[in-house]
Amino acid sequence: MDPLILSRLQFAAATMFHFIFVPLTLGLALLVAWMETCYARTGDKVWLSMTRFWGKLFLINFALGVVTGITLEFQFGTNWSRYSAFVGDIFGSLLAIEASVAFFLESILIGVWIFGWKKLSPRAHAAVMWLVALAGTFSAIWILIANAWMQHPVGYVIRNGRAELADFSAIVFQRFAVLEFLHTVSAAYILSAFFVMGISAWHLLKKQHVEVFTRSFRIALMFGLVFSFFEVIEGHMHGADLAHTQPAKLAALDAHWETSAPAPLYLFALPDDKNERNLIEIGKIPWGLSLMAFHDFSSEVKGLKEFPREERPPVLLVYTAFKLMVGLGFYFCLATLVGLFLRHRLLENRWYLLIMLLSLPLPYIAVQLGWIVAEVGRQPWIVYGIMKTSQAVSPVISGGQVMASLTGFVLVYGLLGAVGLFLMARHAINGPVEEGGEK
Amino acid sequence: MILETIWFFLWGLLWAVFFMTDGFDFGVGTLYPFLGKTDTDRRVMINSVGPLWDGNEVWLITAGGVTFAAFPLVYATMFSSLYSALMLILFALIIRGVSFEFRGKIDHPLWKKVWDTAIFVGSAAPAVLFGVAFANIFRGLPFDSQGYHGTLLSLLNPYGLLGGGLFLCLFLQHGALWLCLKTTGPLHDRAVSAANTIWYGLLLLAVIFLIASAMATTLYDNYLARPVLFLVPAAAVAALLGIKVLLKKEAWAGAWFSSALTIVLCTFFGIIGLFPKLFPSSLGEQYHLTAYNAASSPLTLKIMLTVVVLVIPVVIAYQIWAYLLFRGKVAEGDLEY
Repeated sequence: MDPLILSRLQFAAATMFHFIFVPLTLGLALLVAWMETCYARTGDKVWLSMTRFWGKLFLINFALGVVTGITLEFQFGTNWSRYSAFVGDIFGSLLAIEASVAFFLESILIGVWIFGWKKLSPRAHAAVMWLVALAGTFSAIWILIANAWMQHPVGYVIRNGRAELADFSAIVFQRFAVLEFLHTVSAAYILSAFFVMGISAWHLLKKQHVEVFTRSFRIALMFGLVFSFFEVIEGHMHGADLAHTQPAKLAALDAHWETSAPAPLYLFALPDDKNERNLIEIGKIPWGLSLMAFHDFSSEVKGLKEFPREERPPVLLVYTAFKLMVGLGFYFCLATLVGLFLRHRLLENRWYLLIMLLSLPLPYIAVQLGWIVAEVGRQPWIVYGIMKTSQAVSPVISGGQVMASLTGFVLVYGLLGAVGLFLMARHAINGPVEEGGEK
Repeated sequence: MILETIWFFLWGLLWAVFFMTDGFDFGVGTLYPFLGKTDTDRRVMINSVGPLWDGNEVWLITAGGVTFAAFPLVYATMFSSLYSALMLILFALIIRGVSFEFRGKIDHPLWKKVWDTAIFVGSAAPAVLFGVAFANIFRGLPFDSQGYHGTLLSLLNPYGLLGGGLFLCLFLQHGALWLCLKTTGPLHDRAVSAANTIWYGLLLLAVIFLIASAMATTLYDNYLARPVLFLVPAAAVAALLGIKVLLKKEAWAGAWFSSALTIVLCTFFGIIGLFPKLFPSSLGEQYHLTAYNAASSPLTLKIMLTVVVLVIPVVIAYQIWAYLLFRGKVAEGDLEY
């Protein structure tokens, strides 16, 4: 058994499982903090019910996010030791900063929030949740800077057989990192909005806890609406940036084989990696790709054939993931825009509530597709243009070892995921406890 | 040279703080099935560490992150060599982390039993495995420029197992004292008697470990070169004896601090003995990974040092605030879990 393939599978499983929980943590923290602030300001018990109800879902989700994050940090050392030795100077320091600046704040204050209801005033308790949300954002910033450096390495020199730090601020403030951060965090906010809307829709369909869930739905709707539209604009900028930073990925995203000026865009294509062409091409826009990538009608866009075969990402997977993600992005705009007009008549529009309930999983699919685009699209490079994934794997580990740990991950994660999902569903269906009576 | 030396001791300090903080919740988790006779007992035990364990565990993430940032070659070699042991620790920590959150969510005896077991295993296993890993590091591991030549089983040598036992006892002591501090009634009495019993075991293991270290490791070389350094293990022994004295006086907080000091000094006994080696090889001196041949570039070390000097005091400040917020006995009226 090949430790490289198994290590990649293991890392993919660990990252994707981690990223089921992280986006909800990022967005729901803000929504809960907002609800609790409303409670602290008005003393209205409905806000308290909302804080407690969504807070509990947040906590189950948070626990799973944290424990799955811990394993990721250590996998760089266990499975990717050559990578770690090569980039530790830069990548390691970003991870260490994340732990000390963000993760500490988040983990210490979450304990305060859970256990501190009677120890702190409502205002102070709400402030703690804002800090938890802020810490989550800091965490995302540093992790995404680290990932952006793998996507578009800057601010380094190759010295002593490794990438050494040359310009710290170039790494932190580079355009790729800013775009990646905005893209990922907006996606997380959209996911959280759809999560809240989906569960609220369930209760509104059954006409129970109407006050709590009408308010929840509306807050989430506005939040989701703003970020859905922002995401489409930002996503376009992020994609266009690839023309300069990762031309092979850009070509794969659009199944663009031949370098051409102007470059066409197809509404639908079916790439055939083996024969370096598209089996089907439908809906040709002759200058479409030039316009998307360079914002004019005639610029040259590099095709996949420009790159040696072994330096291209798997086109079919990346292409499909990208198109589905983009489609979902437009769907989120549409769904929230419709909601904007129906927001005062939610109870009467049962079909809309049903659609929003069924839409709950869609952003989850979108964020996973996003990581496939980002990470598989970067292949065969682990650090774009500098180090290949195949050179990064630990030399000393055996296939059997990785197989054992991979099996462990699948079992443990599968079990915990099922239990977590069950607990969340159970709590979501039971609904909130009315404040004022029992705690 | 100076930067690398500073980072070597910061690295040691981070591990020491991790053992000092997460140590008592590992201890509480390991004592949990033995001292928690009733469901209320168990909830009190969980609540005694509930608000704090998550923040404590971040010292591990930071220690790991700093190893990666400051000594990438050590990070790469250490974690790939100790692959299976580290994976076991990670699985244990995962299960422990969620069991605190999951246990109280459903009120059914079987459900609780499952998560009770998870808390025990998830606390005891890392306590032992960290001990085994560090004792093996003190001893040196079989690796050369080709890589690691041992297996999971080669870690389970007598000195490694002794280290595992010592760590477990240190954390059990620490956890029992924490419970003395945080609980009342019959649970408190059981915690006190456990703390007293564990102390003898700890003393015995500590003495054997100090002697065995002379035979199995080269830790004493640095001490013999500069005998003034013997003050550190001497202080560790003094702190260990202090635990017993303070226990007798029923000064629970004092005893707990004494135990915290014992853990930090024990860790530094090893760290000083290792210096400047971070990850010694048992196959030859030329393969040792040291603070000098495994460090990051001076620029990274400087930037990281700036970050740490600015941030860590703030972290310590709000962590202490959290500890103070939850000081005193666990109130039974407020059992969230």
